[in-house]
Amino acid sequence: MRSYSEIDTIVKRSTKAKGFSWGVAEEIGKNIKQLELFGLPGIKHINQYFKIFNNEKFENCQSFNKSNRPQNFYCPIKLGLSFFDQSISIQDLNDIEIEKMAYPLIFLPFVSRSSEITGKRIFLKIDQKEFLLNFNQSIYSNYLSSEIVEKADVIKIQFLENKNNFSEEDWKELTKLSENTFVEETDELKQKTAGAGLTDND
Amino acid sequence: MQVPLRDPKIVMKLSRLGSFHQSKLSFLRSFLNEFKDWKYNRDLFDLNDRGYGVAIYSFSKDKKTYSLVCFANELKDEERSDRVIATKWDAAFALYDGIPSKIDIDRLSQNVPKQEVGRLSYKELTLSRANRSVRAFNYVVECLSKGIQPNTNELSKVGYLYRTTAVYGSGKFGLADRFRIKNRDEINGPFRLEMMLVYLVRQFTFDQVNHIAKHKNPKDAVELDLDICRNLGIGNSTGLGMAPFIVNHPSLLNNWILAKETALKKIREIEKVSDEEFKIFYNCLTKSLKNVTSWNTDSEYQKKKINNLINDLQNLINYLKDNIDKSNFYIFDKLYNWAEENLSEEGIEYLVSIMMEPYNEIIDPLISQMSSDEDISFNIPIDRTINDLREIIEKNYSDILKIDFSKNENNKKFWFISKNKEEPRIGDRFEDNGSELEQPTAIARDIKKLYETIFTLKNSLKIGKFLVRNNDLRHIVRRVFITEKYPYSEIQDNTIGSKLVPIDMLRLKLSFFGAVKFDPRSDKWLRICMFQGAPLPNELNSFNQYWIYN
Repeated sequence: MRSYSEIDTIVKRSTKAKGFSWGVAEEIGKNIKQLELFGLPGIKHINQYFKIFNNEKFENCQSFNKSNRPQNFYCPIKLGLSFFDQSISIQDLNDIEIEKMAYPLIFLPFVSRSSEITGKRIFLKIDQKEFLLNFNQSIYSNYLSSEIVEKADVIKIQFLENKNNFSEEDWKELTKLSENTFVEETDELKQKTAGAGLTDND
Repeated sequence: MQVPLRDPKIVMKLSRLGSFHQSKLSFLRSFLNEFKDWKYNRDLFDLNDRGYGVAIYSFSKDKKTYSLVCFANELKDEERSDRVIATKWDAAFALYDGIPSKIDIDRLSQNVPKQEVGRLSYKELTLSRANRSVRAFNYVVECLSKGIQPNTNELSKVGYLYRTTAVYGSGKFGLADRFRIKNRDEINGPFRLEMMLVYLVRQFTFDQVNHIAKHKNPKDAVELDLDICRNLGIGNSTGLGMAPFIVNHPSLLNNWILAKETALKKIREIEKVSDEEFKIFYNCLTKSLKNVTSWNTDSEYQKKKINNLINDLQNLINYLKDNIDKSNFYIFDKLYNWAEENLSEEGIEYLVSIMMEPYNEIIDPLISQMSSDEDISFNIPIDRTINDLREIIEKNYSDILKIDFSKNENNKKFWFISKNKEEPRIGDRFEDNGSELEQPTAIARDIKKLYETIFTLKNSLKIGKFLVRNNDLRHIVRRVFITEKYPYSEIQDNTIGSKLVPIDMLRLKLSFFGAVKFDPRSDKWLRICMFQGAPLPNELNSFNQYWIYN
């Protein structure tokens, strides 16, 4: 088994070897390591992408709109960096659609890290594959195979508002149960055991 | 009284970093303290008459065990090389997480002796190899087999029986990643398991000479005297690999230096030094004269530094006798201020190390702060502005900005990774091939380039927006924001200038390991000694913590 440290190092060097700067290479090393830690096939995807990287003219997007469409296909590295670097302002768009991206799984860690720095969960849909990105702590997904995703026609990104995913009723019931750990207080107990003064007018 | 931390622009200069010495903060000393109540055992010693075979040593406590698996191999003299290009060694070692099974030992026997071309697993924590000091090893075997102890003067010229030529950890060659072990209580300082490996290798070297001598002359052979064992350490040959490490791990570097600086600050702030504390300090100081005078090297560069240090120590002792009244307040602050005015950098840093000796209560809490979770500082703060970036550069890199990189002398060297060994090297940009594949270790030059790029940009421009068009500067933008949080994270010098002495960078790291007797063999590699004078494994539950000055 390759260690995650080896994965980080080899991907960083490979990315530099493909002509990206050292700073970008550092990002991709960390991202692919993260994909592998989450059980997603990062090495497989970056290796395949680098094989075709010089054959086609992949595009970047320096300014994001609600809907983004390239002439050819977006580069998941350049687009990922651009997305991550502008994520604090992009979140105001709430829902973003990106068409035509090569090897979109490489784009995913940038969105996951954006979830961390914006403090919002992000729902990412790559064609029919769904990912819930939880503050870069975990990924919940229906993509369980390790098949290579060479191209995506439509990618949807939704910044989710911070709200609880349980009802007020659930909360009240649990709160009531938790109160069973408290001691019923009598006047005498109040006088004898309270830490602060019972009146604060002195 | 409040004493400020020392200025990073002074402490982080290479000449100062290259004058650092071991101290109570050093990793090998904190390792011994951490494992002093662990049970040591030699679990297996299956060597043939000539000393080749397998041995296993362990430390265990409660349900945890760490096992050093040793493979001693036959090596022809012409095959023995300390250089990183070697492919065979006298012995190879792996530290196993737990108790290895027969299957594990078989697997390790196929891989550990191959080192970089073998494969390890997440069950192995560190990996190393070592070569005999042929002169010392054969001499000791010869003496013991004749029933006599070796001459200690002869042995002190070397100081060890084996020297390691590399110690690997943290995921290299399939070893366990650091995240798997970092939360263990006993691993609360950097390089702790590397230190354990080296320490147990030292014991293996004693057992091996005894074993060979015994089989050479079963009737008359004696075992190596324990006092002589204690005064032998483990050598290490260190090349350039360590130099980029300290550039590539800025927050870790910061935490090492910050611990040292915090200790110094707190000691200088001590109002009244007790008699007992002063006695410990003074004893270590006077005893260390013996250590320094037995520091052998052929390097003219190091000889000069040692002579300066010996003069400094004499001056320091005289100053203490004539000018320091123990009953006065803040005597360590007074002493430090005098040293800054009167001693060389070697002397100043030696004093700093010795001043730590009486103060466990200051040092011990700092040791657990010397590791670093580097992922925390990886993300660039994209919402900050160009004005923020510029202000940090002007504050933290003012000396760097004065360097003129249009002059060849300031741009002469480049760091690269060799293809055949994947090891760092340093070349001449104007003479050697490969500078187009330069590693990102020319921090000073890149800082200057970044500063010039942002000079005319709008103050309010967000970093995220700046990076969209300037990804070539991404690595250096990240560093600038790291230095904002970690003031001692950056070497305040030019790492590609013609005057660069790379061994200064090695010495910085080795001093934190606890190495002594730095012996430069060129400006690019050196030999050192570790654990010389240290207690033996079965003495760990009660040992003199000032052993390094004995």
